[in-house]
Amino acid sequence: MIGELHANEPSGPLEDRWNRHRFDMALVNPANRRKHTVIVVGTGLAGAAAAATLGELGYRVKSFCFQDSPRRAHSIAAQGGINAAKNYQNDGDSVWRLFYDTIKGGDFRSRESNVYRLAEISANIIDQAVAQGVPFAREYSGLLANRSFGGAQVARTFYARGQTGQQLLLGACQALNRQVAAGTVDLYPRTEMLELIRIDGRARGIVTRNLVDGTLAAHTADCVVLCTGGYGNAYYLSTNAQGCNTSAIWRAHRHGALFANPCFTQIHPTCIPQSGHYQSKLTLMSESLRNDGRVWAPLHAADAPRNPGEIPEQRRDYFLERRYPAFGNLVPRDIASRAAKEVCDAGHGVGPEVNGRRLGVYLDFSGAIADLGEAVIRERYGNLFEMYQRITGEDPWHTPMRIYPASHYTMGGLWVDYNLMTTIDGLFAAGECNFSDHGANRLGASALMQGLADGYFILPCSIGNYLARHEPGQLAADHAAVRGAVADVHARIERLLHAPAAQHPPEVFHRRLGQLLWDHCGMSRDPAGLQLALQELPRLREAFWREVKVSGSGADFNQVLERAGRVADFLELGELMCVDALARNESCGSHARTDHLTADGEVQRDDADYSYVAAWEYSGDPGAPQLHREQLHFEFVRPSVRSYK
Amino acid sequence: MKLQLHIWKQADSRSPGRFETCDPGDVSPDMSFLEMLDELNEQLVAAGREPVAFDHDCREGICGACGLVINGVPHGPLQATTTCQLYLREFADGDEITVEPWRAGAFPVIRDLVVDRGGLDRILQAGGYISVRTGSAPDGNTLPVPKEDSEQAFAAAACIGCGACAAACPNASASLFVAAKIAHLGRLPQGQPERDTRARTMLAQMEAEGFGYCSNHRECEVVCPKEIRIDVIARMNRDLYRSLLWRS
Repeated sequence: MIGELHANEPSGPLEDRWNRHRFDMALVNPANRRKHTVIVVGTGLAGAAAAATLGELGYRVKSFCFQDSPRRAHSIAAQGGINAAKNYQNDGDSVWRLFYDTIKGGDFRSRESNVYRLAEISANIIDQAVAQGVPFAREYSGLLANRSFGGAQVARTFYARGQTGQQLLLGACQALNRQVAAGTVDLYPRTEMLELIRIDGRARGIVTRNLVDGTLAAHTADCVVLCTGGYGNAYYLSTNAQGCNTSAIWRAHRHGALFANPCFTQIHPTCIPQSGHYQSKLTLMSESLRNDGRVWAPLHAADAPRNPGEIPEQRRDYFLERRYPAFGNLVPRDIASRAAKEVCDAGHGVGPEVNGRRLGVYLDFSGAIADLGEAVIRERYGNLFEMYQRITGEDPWHTPMRIYPASHYTMGGLWVDYNLMTTIDGLFAAGECNFSDHGANRLGASALMQGLADGYFILPCSIGNYLARHEPGQLAADHAAVRGAVADVHARIERLLHAPAAQHPPEVFHRRLGQLLWDHCGMSRDPAGLQLALQELPRLREAFWREVKVSGSGADFNQVLERAGRVADFLELGELMCVDALARNESCGSHARTDHLTADGEVQRDDADYSYVAAWEYSGDPGAPQLHREQLHFEFVRPSVRSYK
Repeated sequence: MKLQLHIWKQADSRSPGRFETCDPGDVSPDMSFLEMLDELNEQLVAAGREPVAFDHDCREGICGACGLVINGVPHGPLQATTTCQLYLREFADGDEITVEPWRAGAFPVIRDLVVDRGGLDRILQAGGYISVRTGSAPDGNTLPVPKEDSEQAFAAAACIGCGACAAACPNASASLFVAAKIAHLGRLPQGQPERDTRARTMLAQMEAEGFGYCSNHRECEVVCPKEIRIDVIARMNRDLYRSLLWRS
């Protein structure tokens, strides 16, 4: 039913494309904008920015979030910073360089036009945030400070201590609150989208559940925007917030929105390791720690249980510095993560045993403290040291931190064209929930940039362009498709509440799913493991629908029901992740197939056969989706081997 | 280790609540307080009983969703720590612990330990922003901000909107929350044009939401997980008086 994929990207010189495209887009007369209603689901950076900006322009906006306040969306937890090609440091940065770094960091699996636009818009984001009152770090001159982040060789990252995401989100939420006060945006907190309403091929609304009293409602609009974040919680343990889920995009996928590159998931190297079976989430510590901390593991497996202070220097393996002399501890996230996994798999991991294994390596500041002094380290990382101590009960000033990789970000997501529209007419996806800019691996400080670029600057244009071509129209509340969608949601909730052999809470299935994905579709993948997971996952899904136990009723505040619905969707997505990982017979970026590595263990791309975006169409069976390919064309950069040696 | 929990159970804002004693079983000192409640809830659901409702999300102390009154103190015994960052190693084997929701008239209970904090957002909607349109901003470096001012603004902007300040206040005042936003924006040159109206409109909304006034008990700054100090309240009052003088 879906033919060839058209990205609708403009042609011509790269630096003119967005400008020309904006000129080519249709406009809605200001007086007519209030006749159009736009639904925005999610209030993270992309969602809050889009809702606020569309409201400012005069559209009627309905903004939804499952949290009790829009300010709590998970963008709030981003620590490190936001990239922008300002070149304030005069260190040779430019839009072209940010574009190139992002394409290269993504291992040449993203679309040139989109990435160039992102780099181009990055500077406007900083200006916007400053004007809103975002308290970025500053120099004594009063001008904005920058740091080099995540291995970049220029200092282009703007930051607000370790709370950059919080401050940018509060800025976006201030803009949103202003529009709520102005009456252009209606806010629906504690309201979860459970279904998409699609009429005559167009996205026309959503079905929501009020999480306080369980009421189901249909909201209709002239278009629908999903800004619902990533699906990293598929792994159960991740650095995502507990509520982060895939349900909105998975519902859209089931309605025909293609899901692109689901196997591209980022595993972040500097997280606090798991301490026991009860663990509910993993905490990320900013990778800025790798600027001064040195990563090591015992050279001899026999030393693994020893106190690190007792392991002499010559018996320590600084494995990142050894393997990557040029970049050392600052290699990109995927490389650092995989190296730590290999060290632990070889029996050199440290820390307490969980399920019979030690999964952790040291991140050691003793040299930096000796060189720079405690005061400097405290100023740079004091809050992170405190956080580490609070969580582990260990003192990182005197004993090295322990770190291990954890699921952190998902590059995959709904396939979108240059206008951020999915393959469903009138359904847009922005921020982490789309696939568009990060290829097979996201660079540090680029997620905030993308969310805000999409929300503040791209969607307001492309949604206007869409609405200008469609007559605004109210849908009757009793339209058959609306009633049908509500009835479907109701039936699904009833099914969750009344499983035939109900016995296990939803977490039990989520944990099993997470373990399967972590083992077979995590930091490294191989065909046998993926095939095994693909046999297990349908069984797990069946067991879930047979045995899941949900207390309470649907007409009530019911957190178990919320969780169960999200786990049901993760179970289907997990299969798609494995299908995608199995079909991509190459390694690239975060996707490391052990059967496609170079002789010295690095990822080996296959540009001849796999230089495409894998966009999957739902077929009714989550294990048998149909593949559509968007070929990637590199007109301006030449795909090269990503070497950090 | 073993703990005995006395947890507040309440079906909704209209129903009366009561304490219920729960045994989470054998727990580890390395568990977080919320992970203990997770385990308890899994046991309750498996046994066909109602779990304990509580708000939480990021579990890293930044989203502001969680908030329990633990042994009478919002966010529990540790300073500068949200509930989600509290670990059981802070308690002793055999301890009895009471767990309650935020207590304030302006925070009606939704269920058990979950309260409605919508009032805080409505206060922000009454003026907690700088009225700048997307796309109209000048280059970020055209407006230098002294480092000291910027850092003071950041310290106030670190508020996570959890509501512990109002829950701790004998007057159930949200003054620390309101003043933090006013200090954040008022410290910056960008925030000056609307400074005179901001305190007035936000405080009017605070009153309309049913929060009380500040009478300098200073309970708020003791429980604030982000260590926001009450000098921001003095600043807010100065802005308020200044605006009243300008108006007359």
